[in-house]
Amino acid sequence: MDGGQGLVRPASTWLYRHTTARLLALLSLPVLWVVVAYLGALATMLLAAFWTTNSFTGAVEHRLTLANFRTLVEQPVYRSVALRSLGVAALVTVVDVLIALPMAYYMAKVASPRARRLLVVAILTPLWASYLVKAYAWRVMLANGGVVDWLLAPFGTHGPGFGLTATIVTLSYLWLPFMVLPLFAGLERIPDPLLEASADQGARATRTFRSVVLPLLFPALVAGSIFTFSLSLGDYITVKIVGGTSQLASNVIYDNITTGGNLPFASAAAFFPILVMVGYLVAVRRTGALKEL
Amino acid sequence: MLTTTPRRVLAAVMGLGLLIVYLPLAIVLVNSFNSSRTFAWPPSELTTHWWSQAWLSTGARSALRTSIFAGLGATAVALVLGTMAAFAVSRYRWFGRESVSFLLLLPIALPGIVTGIALNNAFRVAGTGFGLLTIIVGHSTFCVVLVDNNALARLRRLGGTLEEASMDLGAGVWQTFRYVTFPLLRSALFAGGLLAFALSFDEIIVTTFTAGAGVRTLPIWIFENLFRPNQAPVVNVVAAALIVFSVVPIYLAQRLSGTTSTH
Repeated sequence: MDGGQGLVRPASTWLYRHTTARLLALLSLPVLWVVVAYLGALATMLLAAFWTTNSFTGAVEHRLTLANFRTLVEQPVYRSVALRSLGVAALVTVVDVLIALPMAYYMAKVASPRARRLLVVAILTPLWASYLVKAYAWRVMLANGGVVDWLLAPFGTHGPGFGLTATIVTLSYLWLPFMVLPLFAGLERIPDPLLEASADQGARATRTFRSVVLPLLFPALVAGSIFTFSLSLGDYITVKIVGGTSQLASNVIYDNITTGGNLPFASAAAFFPILVMVGYLVAVRRTGALKEL
Repeated sequence: MLTTTPRRVLAAVMGLGLLIVYLPLAIVLVNSFNSSRTFAWPPSELTTHWWSQAWLSTGARSALRTSIFAGLGATAVALVLGTMAAFAVSRYRWFGRESVSFLLLLPIALPGIVTGIALNNAFRVAGTGFGLLTIIVGHSTFCVVLVDNNALARLRRLGGTLEEASMDLGAGVWQTFRYVTFPLLRSALFAGGLLAFALSFDEIIVTTFTAGAGVRTLPIWIFENLFRPNQAPVVNVVAAALIVFSVVPIYLAQRLSGTTSTH
């Protein structure tokens, strides 16, 4: 065995005796990383939101002003984009809950243990496939004369084409596993005897679901919704791929950086998803959902 | 506890759900052999022409190389920082303990575009320039939490007794880590690292803002070529190849969970 030579053993002994030093040594790098690299960058960006750009030269002027926020609040365009983004994120979450709940229930409470393991793998597998590839797959499917049109043709109708509906469909598809997995884990933790007891007391399946399963499942449901909601709110790629000309909140940020070169305005626009998500996380912290992630 | 009808309904929804999950992926695979440049459906003729075309694409190849390096770099940073943070949180009692996990979660909970422009701005202010290194920094911000979560769960389950026993028997801090804690932690770190690599390999939003001009990861290359009609078949082949290769991490993850459950 090594140790006992050179500086290794004394350093080890010293660290063993000084718990605080050990803790500080462990914390130094991660905290430096998060605080300096991440929070620092975030703070600089948030500060930039109060700057402005010269309307002639486009140069950033380091003068504190609320002009960007005033524009965002007062211009009806931005208000409708914000509402649309919230609506899309909420709809995607609802669609995913409606699809994921029966799937998770089947996996946790109906399927045999062997089938359950296979189903978990089947749900996990698409997560490893590229996000972009999946969004692209829907672009191909929803294209004019694509698979969706072909499937719907016998019913005398056609697919939604590119637009907001296509965006909601694609986003729901992309984030579905993020809803199924927490729900499955949550359901698996509910002991079967609890459901049997409820049935013994005369509750029908729907009543058991509403009064026993749902309250116990709530933290898992919220955990899943953090993913579906936040991922939808931050997405500008999917809407570019299948959304046609529709714009969501993140497109405003993206366009102002890339084509507009207006960092202050983009930063101000970034306040919207940040405030919504931090508010959401703080609100759900009490439900214990963060421990389910 | 459920009667037959609801069971059947649930099974039907499960089957339908899985069908919807896999249908788009299957179509990408089939389309990679579709001789039509515009993916006319159903395909009238099948060809392997696009696969050989994609194999020769220098843009896709160099993008793949960049993606692999970025993924390895971000995973390495995440493994070191994530493990350290997990130890600090699980083995010590201190006032900010609960906040660390929350802080580490922020980069993944906040929209990618926020992290993206924040880092873009910071790199511009710091004057570092943009390239592979900045991509790695960007990716590791959201990869750390994946390793941290996995390591934390394992460390909490293990408890501190084995480490105490090791030190009682005279092992130092390093020896205990090397011979006791690390072997027990290894599979959790591997799982976290695998997730981190997969996430980094797939990431496009933060990458867009940290890559700068000329440096392309595979997702950026795909996105740039997505709207070019004459590149469509090659993009589709790259997409199909990515679907096929996503089996590798799944296989590794499955083997891993197999070995830990028999422990």
